Amino acid sequence: MATLGELAKLIRSKNAGPFNLTFDVMFDEEETYRRVVDSNVLTREVFCRLYNLAEEKVLLVHHDAARAIKISIPRPVFSCDLEDGDCYGGQQFGPLVGIEVPDP
Amino acid sequence: MEARVLSPCGVIGSGFPESSFERGLSMKPHVIACDGGSTDNGPAFLGAGKPNFSRSATKRDLKLMLQGRESLGVPVIVGSCGTAGGDAGLEWMRDICLEIAREEGLSFNLALVHGEQDKAYLKKRYKEGRIRALDPAPPLDEEIIENSAHIVGMMGDEPIARALDEGADVVLTGRASDTSVFACHPVRMGADRGLSWHAAKILECGAACAVHRARPDGCFAWIRDDHFVVEPLNPQMYCTPQSVASHTLYENTDPYRITEPAGVLDTSRSAYSAESERAVRVAGSEFHTAERYSIKLEGAELVGYQSVIIGGVRDPMILKQLDSWLDGIREGFETRVQEIFPDRETPPAYQLTIRVFGRDAVMGTLEPEAGRIPHEVGLLFEVTAEDQVSAGTMASTLAHFALHYPIPEWGGLISTLAFPFTPAELEKGPVYRFNLNHVVYPDDPYEMFPTETMEVAN
Repeated sequence: MATLGELAKLIRSKNAGPFNLTFDVMFDEEETYRRVVDSNVLTREVFCRLYNLAEEKVLLVHHDAARAIKISIPRPVFSCDLEDGDCYGGQQFGPLVGIEVPDP
Repeated sequence: MEARVLSPCGVIGSGFPESSFERGLSMKPHVIACDGGSTDNGPAFLGAGKPNFSRSATKRDLKLMLQGRESLGVPVIVGSCGTAGGDAGLEWMRDICLEIAREEGLSFNLALVHGEQDKAYLKKRYKEGRIRALDPAPPLDEEIIENSAHIVGMMGDEPIARALDEGADVVLTGRASDTSVFACHPVRMGADRGLSWHAAKILECGAACAVHRARPDGCFAWIRDDHFVVEPLNPQMYCTPQSVASHTLYENTDPYRITEPAGVLDTSRSAYSAESERAVRVAGSEFHTAERYSIKLEGAELVGYQSVIIGGVRDPMILKQLDSWLDGIREGFETRVQEIFPDRETPPAYQLTIRVFGRDAVMGTLEPEAGRIPHEVGLLFEVTAEDQVSAGTMASTLAHFALHYPIPEWGGLISTLAFPFTPAELEKGPVYRFNLNHVVYPDDPYEMFPTETMEVAN
């Protein structure tokens, strides 16, 4: 068992414009990327449960050439509105880091 | 065919090593282009018309670009001037440009392509049903357009290309799509649109496509008949097929479809391969022309003026009832506010936001662990009101009110907040919000972007 944080080269979140957030989980090795994708530990369903979102709001893409899993959601609060706590959206990925990935 | 593009850095003002730039010049670019803006830093820059990067850092970068232009005789394009690309930002960059020309004895034809939008024009288009909301978008009506501090349209490559066609050597633009600035000249030279726009998407962030971008630096692209090649300017940096492919992920919702005014860049069939140890070849990118030409709008409106208070809580008794304690402060303060403006019939309207750092201040409703209270929390109280004096008056009262707000467990006067500063309240100034995520359908790519030209002779 390893965590996503241990296996990924980079896990990040960022604004995609002021109204959307996007998450990139990127891997160095093809084998690791495949292992994570095939394990189904990071799916739309998992993401929605973790972030308390409705599934139709979530776009999840497996980008093979970049060896990355990419997730995009509309921002619950628009960037820099009074209730927003993360103008750049750079610290929204935290809950993904500890996701456990079973051994291959 | 081959179109060569030099991108000195991801955003003008962030800097780049001169050695990298000189290497870029030695590869004989047809154009030197740089982006100057973003919405990433928030609505304050569009709202207040202020740039994010300093004048001196921006001048240093622009000076090198203008001198490079002089030595090669190729155009320089700077997009989204002054961060937000409103008229204030464009004028700021124009003045820097003219100052450099004067000091360095440079002469050129200068074009300024405006991106700031006329409210009467937008209201007309709104009434015609030619403004459409993207998803998600804040609500829109004519009053919202009228009340905006500034609105910009994100221009495509066409107005920039027209300025070049009409003889401009240096083009400074208001808000432009980051990619337009780089795709413009290759497309104008007849290069393939899919390859040009994809290369532009990579170029617009400078050396961000490299495996390790040690510092802000540049990137070079060769756009040819059936592929393009990208390479970082700094010989110590390198790209891999994966690092270049990854770049379409950055700040995009959909990595395969990137929307531009004239259509969509489609990278779903792009193939990435190593051209050398440092360069990557990309083929197969496509550009699909949209049925209707559309211009994305960005708007900022003034929300109010803010004063803030930072304080920490370590008392376990307060922490175990944190929400009810904060609710008590909110309610009690509402009553207290009635008393502190005796000269007014009604107290000024205000909004109080309290963030709990250590719990959910960073993620809000997205936080899965919001129920866990740590041994201490940081509180950020924000009072937003219609003017700074009112906000400051309320914040100073709030600091005192919250400091002594009681809980039933303790008898006697308590001091509940650890303030790191005195006075406890800080003046934060005007606060803006983004109020548009909409597109306009103009008659043509030019009508929203008037151009001024001037002959700079020194």
